[in-house]
Amino acid sequence: MTQFINGLMRLRRGPWEMLATILIALGVVMLMQPFAMILFTYSFIVTLVGTVMFIIVSHFPE
Amino acid sequence: MSDPLAHRVASATPPQLAHRIRGLSDRTIAWLFVAPTIFLLLAINIFPLIWTIRLSLTNFRTNRPNNAVEFVGLENYRKILTDEDTWIALQSTAHFLIWTIVLQVLIGFTLAYLINKKFRGNDLWTTLIVLPMMLSPAVVGNFWTFLYQPQIGLFNYFIAFLTGADPASFSMIGDVALAPWAIVIVDTWMWTPFVMLICLAGLRSIPPSIYEAAECDRASKWRQFWTITIPMALPFLMLAVLFRGIENFKMFDLVVQLTGGGPGSTTLLTSIDLKREAFEKWRTGYASAYAVILFVTVFGLASIYVKALNKVKDR
Repeated sequence: MTQFINGLMRLRRGPWEMLATILIALGVVMLMQPFAMILFTYSFIVTLVGTVMFIIVSHFPE
Repeated sequence: MSDPLAHRVASATPPQLAHRIRGLSDRTIAWLFVAPTIFLLLAINIFPLIWTIRLSLTNFRTNRPNNAVEFVGLENYRKILTDEDTWIALQSTAHFLIWTIVLQVLIGFTLAYLINKKFRGNDLWTTLIVLPMMLSPAVVGNFWTFLYQPQIGLFNYFIAFLTGADPASFSMIGDVALAPWAIVIVDTWMWTPFVMLICLAGLRSIPPSIYEAAECDRASKWRQFWTITIPMALPFLMLAVLFRGIENFKMFDLVVQLTGGGPGSTTLLTSIDLKREAFEKWRTGYASAYAVILFVTVFGLASIYVKALNKVKDR
């Protein structure tokens, strides 16, 4: 966990990509889940943030 | 210039053209070759994407070109993301997507594993299995509509034979509970051969020497399957899931032909819903926002997937 946070602080690709991946996956699950309308409403913004973040952080150093 | 063919080509080039080409650097010539592709990519993919994003922020309607187009900001996005019908369409799509991928990967891999064994008539079986994939979705849709007929459909008779139920007592495409499964069955029937072919390529790429070494180490067949076959075929399996996932997310033709999105809106997938908004209700701005939401979702998923695929390949 400490390594992950250190990676985030030092702008390393691995942990940031992991964070972006989690956001995209969360957004897609929120978009398609049948339980709460509120999750559906905020799903797009979560996916969008994750996707844009993924594009940016894939240019960070390893 | 020792190559006689190159010499002939060079001497056949008109002097003026030869002089002009000599004046260009290798980099410029490379750009000249790539330029038509880049131009087509910009014209066919990038420009429509930017135009769609622009339209999604307006109230533009294609059937009313003379009306003033107003900038409405994120209003279209707000409407879509608070619309219960859109939410239900996305749930139907999720059901279709998850079950088709699970079934196609399981059946496709099993078939590939069996076909990979040497037996008599191997090629004939491969050809027969691959046949459904070669048919047009419109033909498959019509064909299965007949098979699903409660009175004369072979599918209903087959189920009745297995369960003892009356064949006319259920309708696969008319029943709210069964229609989502009806489209899953047809898509699985049609596209499992595609997954099988990709898995077969994966299984045939495993060198036999690895299995021979495992036999020498007295590894059981079960152990060989889990420690050699699955890890080495995994990139191919993931590729199959990526292809089918993206294809099924935008599934349209087969489902329109089979159920038309019904009964009610039980099989109304997002692509059908989007088409209705864009070309039946003519809400172009709204439909553009809908398309952007779907695009971002597929793009995000594909990004994760390609990353995972590269990791598995590098292992």
